[in-house]
Amino acid sequence: MSFITRGFSGRGRERDPRLPPGQSLVEDWPVLSAGPTPDVPTDEWSFSIRTENGLTQWTWDEFLALGVEDVTVDIHCVTHWTKLDMDWRGVSLDTVFQNIETSADYVMVHSYGGYTTNLALEDLLDGKAWVATEAEGEPLDPEHGGPARLLVPALYFWKSAKWVRGLVMSENDEPGFWEQNGYHMHGDPWTEERYW
Amino acid sequence: MTRIRPAWLVGTVTEILDETPTAKRIVLDVPGWPGNDAGSHLDIRLTAPDGYQASRAYSIASYGPTSRVVLAVDIIPTGEVSPFLTGELRVGDPLEVHGPLGAYFVWKPQGFGATTGPVQLIGGGSGIVPLLAIAQAAADAGRMDDFRLLSSVRTPADQFFDAELDALAASGLRIDRIYTRQAPEGFPTGRLTRESLAAAIPDPATLERTYVCGPTPFVEAVADWLIDLGHQPGTIRTERFGGA
Repeated sequence: MSFITRGFSGRGRERDPRLPPGQSLVEDWPVLSAGPTPDVPTDEWSFSIRTENGLTQWTWDEFLALGVEDVTVDIHCVTHWTKLDMDWRGVSLDTVFQNIETSADYVMVHSYGGYTTNLALEDLLDGKAWVATEAEGEPLDPEHGGPARLLVPALYFWKSAKWVRGLVMSENDEPGFWEQNGYHMHGDPWTEERYW
Repeated sequence: MTRIRPAWLVGTVTEILDETPTAKRIVLDVPGWPGNDAGSHLDIRLTAPDGYQASRAYSIASYGPTSRVVLAVDIIPTGEVSPFLTGELRVGDPLEVHGPLGAYFVWKPQGFGATTGPVQLIGGGSGIVPLLAIAQAAADAGRMDDFRLLSSVRTPADQFFDAELDALAASGLRIDRIYTRQAPEGFPTGRLTRESLAAAIPDPATLERTYVCGPTPFVEAVADWLIDLGHQPGTIRTERFGGA
């Protein structure tokens, strides 16, 4: 890359090493969604995992009873912003998958409102993903995906599906809603897997 | 669905105009640009001499099979890219762009994702940018009778693409204008409300799709009202401008 933009020196000269390429720090928390914000009361919320062996389903209370944990992570949006050191609370996918038997390697995440995103199971396990119900000490706002959203901080944030309601295991990596609309199948911010 | 593969390309700035007191219109010629659907966006990447880079996404106000790409950039004073684009950039400068991007908040007269019935466009402030492209595409396709546009701005001076909207209105596009702070003679002043929205747009039963674009609070309010008024969530496509 030899291109230089005439007259540009940049403001963020002290570039935080936690910033992936092409990302800039934000202090606020921008909202990006393709449609209206669904209204999902927790007493109507449920979460399920469908595998080749059947369906496992939890109510809100049953799901939280699996055990919540607190994590502090950085999140990276494909629209070039990064927010560092965010405090989240949620149920680890390791906990969720504890009693789930499957030989499938891929996951389609389904949300209230109809959105989907695809992930590899290995990107969800070993302390890499949560179903989050709180952010920065507060219940998750509906516009940020409340009552519960997926949290997969190692990938661009569209993979952290808002208003999550379930996972469907799959033998194959099929594109979800965002991926059909131009976004990358995997979405690693460190290698800028933004679009295909 | 055929896909145009986006790529990094170097365009040249051919025109810079004052769009509003806080925004510039930037016209680029981008050799190799594959054309774009109405409503899509692109990334702009700025590179400093030491290799430092900053990128942002911007909606495109133009559409079609042309290498001419029209943007309108509102300055965010605390930002890094928009102050450069609205203050430093000059005609003749090369600029790196990546696109076209986005296959959802777009409109096409036919093919995948096309509409056959009434469409409502609702823009808040600079949210009018992709909607202008959609309105223009509808007009060019002879489909303007199906379309309505609602634009909410603070004052008349804050209206992006004012002359273009007037021209579309003169050729038959129904445009409703909302002025939240100061209106011209003969227009009321005040924010869009659930009631004024309901009065300005078609009945949910007759509307095939609604596009809403603008700052997050505007889009959240309008989308919530639409649902409240009985519009199906699946008919509402939104694009929110964040603070970054």
